[in-house]
Amino acid sequence: MARNNEIPEVNAGSMADIAFLLLIFFLVTATIQTDMGLDRKLPPKDTTPPLPINERNIFRVSLNKNNELLVEDDRMQMQDLKDAAITFLDNGGTMVGNEDYCNYCLGERSSSSSDNPNEAIIAFSSDREAAYGTYILVQNELTAAYNELRNREAQRLFKSDFTEMEKAYFDPKISAKTKLELKENINQIRSMFPMRLSEAQTNMNL
Amino acid sequence: MAKFAKKKDGDLPAVSTASLPDIVFMLLFFFMTVTTMKDSSLMVDNVLPNATEIKKLEKKDRVIYIFVGTPTQEYQKVFGTEPKIQLNDKFANVEEVGSYILAERAKKPQELQNVLTTALKVDKNANMGLIADIKQQLREVNALKVNYTTYEGDAFNNLQ
Repeated sequence: MARNNEIPEVNAGSMADIAFLLLIFFLVTATIQTDMGLDRKLPPKDTTPPLPINERNIFRVSLNKNNELLVEDDRMQMQDLKDAAITFLDNGGTMVGNEDYCNYCLGERSSSSSDNPNEAIIAFSSDREAAYGTYILVQNELTAAYNELRNREAQRLFKSDFTEMEKAYFDPKISAKTKLELKENINQIRSMFPMRLSEAQTNMNL
Repeated sequence: MAKFAKKKDGDLPAVSTASLPDIVFMLLFFFMTVTTMKDSSLMVDNVLPNATEIKKLEKKDRVIYIFVGTPTQEYQKVFGTEPKIQLNDKFANVEEVGSYILAERAKKPQELQNVLTTALKVDKNANMGLIADIKQQLREVNALKVNYTTYEGDAFNNLQ
């Protein structure tokens, strides 16, 4: 009997169908997730009794139930919030010669606003009825204010944007040496404009 | 003298489909790499707000998700139209958030338990009272790193 030594060719015509089936399955079950957002750190549960803070060092922002913005008890448009926050943080009211004089501040140096960016606190409270979208908008504007100031200082000292430096720092492809260097620079900028955004109830000393 | 065979006209040569599987596999691998599996189906409307000053959440295994929003159409008859919290695959009360976080934290490997982030995926029409309660719960169980998950876009669109 004649033996056929050739291996018969497998018909690959249905391979495409199988692959399509898999493709469609993945298309249906998978989503491109949006995993971006605003990072925040909540205060710990047992807070130490707060030190008395000068009223001029607190920038009060609040959101009422009609989603209206109140800054230092006056109504304000959302568009103006960022600039108001920058003016407050960058004020540097302490006079030249004092130990916490802010030599990098470019603000008005008014005596009725913050002494130093290190002491300036933004207190943000929102009504329970306020919408989350508006809350995020306010958070976003306040973050933008900090980022703008930090970018300005980072440009002056390291010729690079602070946000870019942070992005590079979290990039997994970065080498250990540059990472260490970046960390130092980032911490320096952060200590110049520390983000002191409080959502706790601050007592009004009126 | 050379003889030329007369070309048969009329029937087109068949297009080879041998490379079709390769093309489809390429597509398949593309989708497999850029997407992630849906691990819980959403039972709440979840239109996230927009923001510009955002950071990327880096590592998926270090994130605990909390969804908040009004129940979708099919659940509205049972659960009403007030915003609810969704943990994994079921609706939950505010008081359950703390124990959920602790349970999720216990599932993670030891070395990651201190670096977990809680991603709050909240519908932009939810009210702040619920969020404040959730944040209070998170503080109770010492889960202090939160991320308000948003879309990238102009934040002023949130006002509408």
